[in-house]
Amino acid sequence: MIAALIIVFREVIEAGLIVGIVLAATTGVPGRERAVAMGILAGVLGACLVAAFAGELAGLFQGSGQEVFNATILLLAVAMLTWHNVWMASHGRQMARELKAAGHQVKTGERTLAALSIVVGVAVLREGSEVVLFLYGIAAQGGTSAAGMIAGGGLGLAAGALVSGLMYAGLLKVPAGKLFQVTSGLITLLAAGMAAQAVIFLQNAGWLEFFTSTVWDTSWLLPDDGQGSLGLFGKMLHTLVGYTAAPNGAQLIAYGFTIVLILVLMRMVNASATTPRGKHA
Amino acid sequence: MKSVLLAILIAATGISQALADEPVEVHLKNHKFSPSTIKVKANKPSMILLYNDDDGADEFDSSSLKIERVVPGHNKANIRIRALAPGKYPFMGEFHAATAQGVVIAE
Repeated sequence: MIAALIIVFREVIEAGLIVGIVLAATTGVPGRERAVAMGILAGVLGACLVAAFAGELAGLFQGSGQEVFNATILLLAVAMLTWHNVWMASHGRQMARELKAAGHQVKTGERTLAALSIVVGVAVLREGSEVVLFLYGIAAQGGTSAAGMIAGGGLGLAAGALVSGLMYAGLLKVPAGKLFQVTSGLITLLAAGMAAQAVIFLQNAGWLEFFTSTVWDTSWLLPDDGQGSLGLFGKMLHTLVGYTAAPNGAQLIAYGFTIVLILVLMRMVNASATTPRGKHA
Repeated sequence: MKSVLLAILIAATGISQALADEPVEVHLKNHKFSPSTIKVKANKPSMILLYNDDDGADEFDSSSLKIERVVPGHNKANIRIRALAPGKYPFMGEFHAATAQGVVIAE
């Protein structure tokens, strides 16, 4: 039961933190509950599919199917997060105005909601497929532990949701005027961390095998392995901002590149959205 | 012409053998790795061929090796290990971490 609690808790937190950021980033956008719920539902269904075909999936790409799949959905999430931030940079101000004037609300909010719904789906899919496989494995072993497994899994789900909810509540404490800035900063780091993680999966698949040596190692200070309370904190930071105790060169390049790319794109669209036409020399 | 092709073929297979040593076979049974200590050459990529002989899935997980790999029950997985600096790299079966523990030693 304890094992089920810990595993489910850990996976739920990882997906829940991302859901929390998405909810905070879409504060005031109508229809966001539906979009997030759809993302979660699609993620859970996808997780069951991935779990059911885990063996077949792993067999693709010369036995690296799992890694390629993980890298692909992570990069999809990075693209969606980037698009959301860039879209907000060009339409955010306009949207804030329109939100006050009723009528245009649903139209303006919907586009970026779809992107974030995909991000939620990917997060739930990744963590959920592990939970499904783990719980299925315990259930397959014997009936005696089934009740404890359900209890443990339920407690883990509740505790993970609670921690994620606390982070969301904390984000909502940010003054409304600064909230979009904070969430777009968080989403930038979230995307950078995902890109770095995608690089690891690609390296494990035998691709991108350069700059693989460790640049620094702070696992003595803050491990990111999810073991113990310190490790769990490190793992949460890993999910949120991409903290890695012992990053390699390629990871750092992917992390830095993603941040620069998002910031440059945001600045470009922001400039073109706010500069009056004809002002250019 | 034939002999040239043959020479290229021999050279090519020779290189691929030099790059990839035989994978280390590891079995996971009753949520324990055997062998649980795996020695690999330092500064050279290597491969673990992990057989999960249990009914349920487990996840080969190591933050120091940067590997998370789910292996369903009665399934196998070839797990690539990047070129490692000499040292010890612990790993575990995340779903049964109480018993499924092991270490890769690069030397």
